[in-house]
Amino acid sequence: MREVLEGSQAVAMAVARCRPGVVCAYPISPQTHIVEALSRMSRTGELTDCEYVNVESEFSAMSVSIGSSAAGSRTYTATASQGLLYMAEAVYNAAGMGLPIVMTVANRAIGAPINIWNDHSDSMAMRDAGWLQLFAMDNQEAADLHVIAFAVAEELGMPAMVCMDGFVLTHASDVVDVPSAEDIDAFLPPFRPLQSLDVENPATIGTMAGPESFTETKYLQHMRFLDAADVIASWSARFAERFGREAGGLVARFDPDTLDRSATAPPAKWDDVTVIAMGSVLGTLQAAIEPMRAAGAHVRLVGISAFRPFPTQALRDAVGASRNIVVVDRALELGAQGVLTSCVGGALVGTGSRIHSVVAGLGGRPILASSLTAVIQRAIDGDLRRLEFLDLKEGGVPAPSLGATEVSR
Amino acid sequence: MRQVRVHGRGGQGVVTAAEMLARTGFMAGHEAQAIPSFGSERTGAPVIAYCRFDDRPLRTREPVLHPDVVLVQDPTLLVSERVFDGVPDGGVVIVNTEGDADDVRTQAGVDRPGVDVITVPAMRITMEHLGTPRPSAAMSGAYAAVSDDITLEAIQAVYRTRFPGRVGEANARAAAAARAHVAAQLAGEDPEQAAAAAVDAMEVSHA
Amino acid sequence: MTTVHIPFMQTGTLAVGGRLLDLEERSVQSQADRPSSLTKGHRACQGCAEALAARWVMDTAVEESGGKLIVANATGCLEVFSTLYPESAWKPPWIHSLFANAAAVATGIASALRAQGRDDVRVLAQGGDGGTVDIGLAAVSGMFERNDDVLYVCYDNQGYMNTGVQRSSATPPTARTATTPAVGKAPGAPYGQGKSMPKIAMAHEIPYVATATVADLRDLESKVRTAMSMHGARYLHVLVPCPVGWGTSAAQSIALSRAAVESGIFPVLEARDGEIVATHPIRERVDVEEYLRPQARFAHLFKPGGEEGLERWRALAEANIRRFRLTEATP
Repeated sequence: MREVLEGSQAVAMAVARCRPGVVCAYPISPQTHIVEALSRMSRTGELTDCEYVNVESEFSAMSVSIGSSAAGSRTYTATASQGLLYMAEAVYNAAGMGLPIVMTVANRAIGAPINIWNDHSDSMAMRDAGWLQLFAMDNQEAADLHVIAFAVAEELGMPAMVCMDGFVLTHASDVVDVPSAEDIDAFLPPFRPLQSLDVENPATIGTMAGPESFTETKYLQHMRFLDAADVIASWSARFAERFGREAGGLVARFDPDTLDRSATAPPAKWDDVTVIAMGSVLGTLQAAIEPMRAAGAHVRLVGISAFRPFPTQALRDAVGASRNIVVVDRALELGAQGVLTSCVGGALVGTGSRIHSVVAGLGGRPILASSLTAVIQRAIDGDLRRLEFLDLKEGGVPAPSLGATEVSR
Repeated sequence: MRQVRVHGRGGQGVVTAAEMLARTGFMAGHEAQAIPSFGSERTGAPVIAYCRFDDRPLRTREPVLHPDVVLVQDPTLLVSERVFDGVPDGGVVIVNTEGDADDVRTQAGVDRPGVDVITVPAMRITMEHLGTPRPSAAMSGAYAAVSDDITLEAIQAVYRTRFPGRVGEANARAAAAARAHVAAQLAGEDPEQAAAAAVDAMEVSHA
Repeated sequence: MTTVHIPFMQTGTLAVGGRLLDLEERSVQSQADRPSSLTKGHRACQGCAEALAARWVMDTAVEESGGKLIVANATGCLEVFSTLYPESAWKPPWIHSLFANAAAVATGIASALRAQGRDDVRVLAQGGDGGTVDIGLAAVSGMFERNDDVLYVCYDNQGYMNTGVQRSSATPPTARTATTPAVGKAPGAPYGQGKSMPKIAMAHEIPYVATATVADLRDLESKVRTAMSMHGARYLHVLVPCPVGWGTSAAQSIALSRAAVESGIFPVLEARDGEIVATHPIRERVDVEEYLRPQARFAHLFKPGGEEGLERWRALAEANIRRFRLTEATP
């Protein structure tokens, strides 16, 4: 049913309909609305056969998740920003032990200075933790991705983060069609752990591995991670077939002229500027590029849907013959460029592409369509630098104007 | 595309107002989107939220920079907030106040003859019907009086669904009263009488 | 027929095996079909009291659970010496995640079992003093506060022995460790620091808190049985001498544990819902020297200038005896 829902509510409904056995939560903005909603559902009976655990830190949230997933229950948690970093040790651990936990990351900046607003620094800090990272471009995809994430994670025995832009998506209300419980039941197989803590079949989980076996352990984890690309693509295709809309996948392609999302959109051409981004800025980019195309500009848009594993081949296919690349990046690799830019650069190595990094939207700075249009036009004109900060104000750190009205619940 | 900006104060339900407005627009047949602005919560501090309607799915996530409609839930914000900012000629600023349009322009220190100013005693209407200072339904009612974007029926259905029972009904009455109040003003009729008649008509139809 | 009088000196509180007892009174370890949950082949040091205590705790808990026990283990000696890939010395289902999170992992397991309706399977978490008193304290406290259905066992050897004998917040005053060397004006660990985890546990008013040592394994076993007969958060704190960290011979672990109890340094007690309900009375009080002198980590106390330290130890023992009424029988 299509209805207007806050992003967090849509995600909570989708998660509840995936029937998790254990949900655990520690509050941090901007993910709180999701776990608040789940806590209510666990009491109203909308979420049955589920233990909702209030823990004392994010570190324990991930640790409880490790225990419950290892004991064979479908497990969900959510966090953001400082919380993701506070649980970092357990984040790596869950991946190393092959536990298919699904976690929403309501993407938010990392302090200092403390900042509760959106960028991608938190997920990027965990990019090598061994988790799948699936990025939502809007609230519909955020809800859908959770269903796909459970399916993919459980098939692979690998945890998955669903990354959605904090506030920009979590707190915004959109028209969303949350998959029904019946449809999810028919789509998502029951959780059958590859290995679990079972008194009938006792196993030791989490042994020490010395120098003689650690490299091979990591190599196998790496190979499994490479397998993940096909599994993500396959479940996303099945999702599109059953639910009649695209979600997830490796990269998002867009129709050159309507800018509608379209898996069958042709690759970019040699004279196109290709804009690459991930998360909610893709929506603003759609809005910015559509009129540019109508006016004859050679611009294409490609979204990164799965940031981990990084979709090297799918990205190369979508970029096609285009060699003028603009990456709109919401996280900064200090002293270098945007984090996504580095990954795109790695994927396009040997193509001779000019890659421009446009760092945008750090710490909640709104990304304006007009600013994006101007940057893309400069790329077309050949005067965009290798690294630019969108809407950077010169002359030091500006103070907010008197009576600035940034307030929320 | 139609873009709306809501000004209010922390505790007045500004974010909820934008969300309810999006639901109302959706029920009235549009695609809709509500975007709160975000920060550390302080009761009484100025708050802004945005809403968009369109007849095709909304893509952009940027804040509303050029609102066609501005809803000001608290007249004291006219002094501290630049509520006319970004409003193009032909836009509408709807203010909850006991004053008139000239008072609004004077308090805001803005002339802007190209922008319509609509006033409605939304807080008085809300306190009369609901009893708590959350004037979002009344403000929506005033909006429905000057635009086809939303309808009174959609407002009432949305509030009744979200707040079943007394609160939903009270909001439905406040919306009806505010809409009638504004409509009467524009028609040169007695707004107070019109507002009362609109509520009476609801009660008759419900009896 | 002549009657043979068997000297039965070992029955009672200090007996270990109990093969001279009636079958039903014998310890788990004296039974032919004992679970051997921590089985042979592990790499613990000679004289490791943690290995001994863990075996008794685990076998008792396995027996009490009818063989349906899941264990979460913190990083530390116990984990390292028992599970070097590809071997494992554990028979029950067992998980090691991290240093600081055994209590939270156990909460997760207990939550999953509840969600699955498996009320027949029990959960035990265990760790050393570092994983419990220091780095894992928040998770342990959280588990207590929620009253999760977990028995948490801390094997306290009073320092970070796995990493080479550094000071923890369970290291006693004056003890020499690699990070509190016995040099300078106040040699060894400083006075006035450290935490009493049993008291912290009691402050959470959880259903059961107990302390025990390897000097009285029947007592340890009985406390595990009591704990396993209950639900909710339970805490057992076991003093486990470490020959490497304490600088003692492997043969002294039991005797030192006994001296710790009989000198008043380590009160053995049971508490329910935050109230002490039983203390183990000192049978034959010994001076703290009997506990301290065999340990190289306290050698500086027995050199010129060590008298002040010794006196402070005596004061500590006195305070324990007074506070916990260790010379009186439990009413």
